[in-house]
Amino acid sequence: MARTITIDPITRLEGHGKVEIFLDDRGAVQDCFFQIPELRGFERFVVGRPIEELPRIVTRICGVCPASHHMASAKAVDGCFGNQVAPLAHKLRDMYYHAHYIHSHIAHFYALAAPDFVLGPDADPAVRNILGVVAKVGLEIGGKVIRARALAQEIQQILGGRFTHLVWCLPGGVSKGLTAGELEQIKPMVAELASFTTFSLQLFRDVVLGNPGYVDLILHGPYTLDVHNMGLVDADNAPNFYDGQVRVVDYEGREICRYEAKDYAQHVAEHVEPWTYLKFPYLKQRGWKGFKEGPDSSLYCATPLSRLNVADRMATPRAQEAFEEMYATLGGHPCKALLACHWARLVEMVQNAEMLERYCADPEITGTQYRVIPDRVTGEGVGIVEAMRGTLTHHYTCDANAICTSANLIVGTTNNNAPIQMVTKKVAQALIQPGKEPDNGILNMVEMAFRAFDPCYSCATHYLPGQMPLTVAIHKNGSLWRELRR
Amino acid sequence: MATNKLQVAIYWGAACGGCDVAVLDTNEFILDLAAAADIRFWPIAVDGKYSDVEAMADGELDLALFNGAVRNSENEHVAKLLRKKSKVLVALGSCAHMGGIPGLANLATKEEILLTAYLANPSVEPGNQTIPQARTAIDGMTLEIPYFFKRVFRLADVVDVDYFLPGCPPAPVQIRNVLLAVVKGELPPRGSVVGASDRALCDDCPRTKSEKKLKAFHRPYEIVQDPTRCLLEQGILCMGPATRSGCGVRCPNSNQGCRGCYGPLPGVTDQGAKFLSALASIIDSKDPKEIDEILAGLPDFIGLAYRFGLPASTLQRSYR
Amino acid sequence: MSFEPKIVGFLCNWCSYTGADLAGTSRIQYPPNINIIRVMCSARVEPDFVLRALAGGADGVLICGCHPGDCHYSEGNYKAMRRYPLLKTLLKEYGVDNDRVRLEWVSASEGQRFADIVTDMTERVRALGPLRLKTDLQTDRVER
Ligand code: SF4
Ligand code: SF4
Ligand code: SF4
Ligand code: FES
Repeated sequence: MARTITIDPITRLEGHGKVEIFLDDRGAVQDCFFQIPELRGFERFVVGRPIEELPRIVTRICGVCPASHHMASAKAVDGCFGNQVAPLAHKLRDMYYHAHYIHSHIAHFYALAAPDFVLGPDADPAVRNILGVVAKVGLEIGGKVIRARALAQEIQQILGGRFTHLVWCLPGGVSKGLTAGELEQIKPMVAELASFTTFSLQLFRDVVLGNPGYVDLILHGPYTLDVHNMGLVDADNAPNFYDGQVRVVDYEGREICRYEAKDYAQHVAEHVEPWTYLKFPYLKQRGWKGFKEGPDSSLYCATPLSRLNVADRMATPRAQEAFEEMYATLGGHPCKALLACHWARLVEMVQNAEMLERYCADPEITGTQYRVIPDRVTGEGVGIVEAMRGTLTHHYTCDANAICTSANLIVGTTNNNAPIQMVTKKVAQALIQPGKEPDNGILNMVEMAFRAFDPCYSCATHYLPGQMPLTVAIHKNGSLWRELRR
Repeated sequence: MATNKLQVAIYWGAACGGCDVAVLDTNEFILDLAAAADIRFWPIAVDGKYSDVEAMADGELDLALFNGAVRNSENEHVAKLLRKKSKVLVALGSCAHMGGIPGLANLATKEEILLTAYLANPSVEPGNQTIPQARTAIDGMTLEIPYFFKRVFRLADVVDVDYFLPGCPPAPVQIRNVLLAVVKGELPPRGSVVGASDRALCDDCPRTKSEKKLKAFHRPYEIVQDPTRCLLEQGILCMGPATRSGCGVRCPNSNQGCRGCYGPLPGVTDQGAKFLSALASIIDSKDPKEIDEILAGLPDFIGLAYRFGLPASTLQRSYR
Repeated sequence: MSFEPKIVGFLCNWCSYTGADLAGTSRIQYPPNINIIRVMCSARVEPDFVLRALAGGADGVLICGCHPGDCHYSEGNYKAMRRYPLLKTLLKEYGVDNDRVRLEWVSASEGQRFADIVTDMTERVRALGPLRLKTDLQTDRVER
């Protein structure tokens, strides 16, 4: 039966994230769309700007992970100058980036994910937030969390001169080094953060693992997908956030490909759909095959869990222990349970803190050779880092006068766009069945799915992570039947 | 609602989220704020109930902080909604204040932006001909996304704004001070810039300054900047003379030039034009040919002088 | 209907305004398209004055000051001289043709020179056609 669906064009434009669900005659889910309503156009408007300015422009793609864009951009710009970079600068940038990771992971885990775990998914939405968490776990722990995030920000401030929207990286290095006095200031902060990461793992054990219901939800809920994994690794196949090679493994652990930043365009392509501003990356050599799971799928996730799934080990000892514990509990490596992303984040944070400790003990770190002046413009560069929310690629070209002539960006969350579509549909199908009235429960379910990815539409377009205003519209028999919002 | 607590909402348009992080960066103050105010709506940290905002009475909110520029029909819609529901509407951050970095898009056309993102870039699916549409019909299903405006607007272009709190992002201590002023009812006259100084950034910059006289400009990739001397005197561009202070001299303290995110000085409407005058006055030459040579070392003046405020400038966009 | 350019002229009080006056009293013919604003010195012409004139509907802007070395305030016109190329660069980046804005030195005795400049500029701007920034700014808002 032919069906026409009309929606009043003017009234449907509000709400940020928008899910459209279409039901067939029987009332079963026919299709489901997660739409991203925005685009800001950075790829176009950086053209014409001096290439060395890009690292301080692209930070504004995302204020939650500005350092990811800054670093990826800096590396792409270095490429435009023949990759002449002071070795010390790479160390300093990596050090900064670990502190940045800790800030972002704390914000995500405690402010966005913890409310579900600590207060329970059924808690009153009015208290299901960070303030509610503080009320439940006590001001002491709340204060500890706030302080830990502030310390991570402070370390960045000392190292790079500012935290949000840093302006530190320049072709060939960084604009300022780390003095011995600054290092002494940082050391106790790092020690405190290191113990905070241990504390966070313990909290997770107590609160989440101590509750069999949650473990069951993680492992057996509808939150699994048979798609592949992407992440950056070092030569030993341990996760590296600032540098390394991109590795893609399938959901059973077999390597699909491994590539250098400069070869990204042979391996990843982006599909466009007319109904969303956000593109859908896929593995180019497999071709776009639609929103399909399974061994032949061309889709992949790039999440904290994916990063650990593509890794064989962690780079540091305490993180390695946490890694082994996690996979032992989850039933082996790799793991498909999307909700385990939250745990993976804490494991990563342990490595971040240990790496900071390592840099603090590095006698070279306070050196003064943090910058070289490049002697030629070579005109093209690709920079890849692991943003907290997925593999981030910046690819630039410039002319002989070092003016940007093109820019291509594949940002963290975008990688996960197709998996998010799919898991949303899965949840909708699990919840909406013929003859069953959908209620606000669907919102929580959908939300928990995408919160595992920590999708940052700030990055992808601009939306904030976590609790974005969400509209779920359900259409039946050609017209809008139910609309759920928050 | 029987409460005399301050009713607050924080929301965004075309933004990066950095302004919200800056609010979080007030750290412990967040807890004080939560005690003094009902945060009715703040998607990054508090469970947002969008429908609640629509259900509010007009003027029910005491304060709304809006960050981000106005890029599409949805941003405009939300801006108008919050204007209606709030007694005091604050443009938070450079994007809401002046268009911000997203405002650089006004140097390109809407068509160029869409073509680049969806057709031209090297990682786009080979053979792709699709560009997102405001309205799409698939198998009888119709899907809509907001309409992408032909250019970027600042908040004050679409609604009346009571206060402007500049910065990209605003310094957390400034946000804190403004919120305290709201709580105490100590706000200056409507239309004011708040959370910033009336001095120029140079006045607060700790670098050593002498007479500014320039024979050449240098691109930052060409030289190592001396961390103690005025950058402009070294021939490194810095917008300090044409920028309001208040950020804590963040960029010069990172050994980099200012790009003007705190906006123009009091009484100045066009920050870029003001910067132009400031630069002209330090060029050390009276010979037109030499002046041209000196200026040749300075590419993309528009992208520099209006890094954070093209939509707020006198001409607002490119006319190419 | 043929297009009549609107040109705003910022003339320094001490030389150029007097020069323009001389053109008038000497009955030298020049196009009526220029609207003259007297300023104390060419240095008084803030770059934003020019931008505002264009945004307000002008098709061209002429700035006139004393010859180098003759500025009543000794250095004012050098300031104008240094601003001008930067302003032209900026306007070009905005997509405004450089022939629409011009800086010239006109002394009190150069009535003929003033008339020639205005004639030449009017013809150049006429050839370029209307600028329409004012209309564009207004329609942008309506069409979004
Ligand atoms: S002003 Fe800066 S920090 Fe705030 S939303 Fe805009 S880009 Fe982000
Ligand atoms: S121009 Fe920049 S570096 Fe120089 S004093 Fe002003 S703010 Fe400081
Ligand atoms: S130095 Fe300038 S660009 Fe940097 S934060 Fe301060 S006002 Fe903004
Ligand atoms: S007084 Fe004529 S240019 Fe200065």
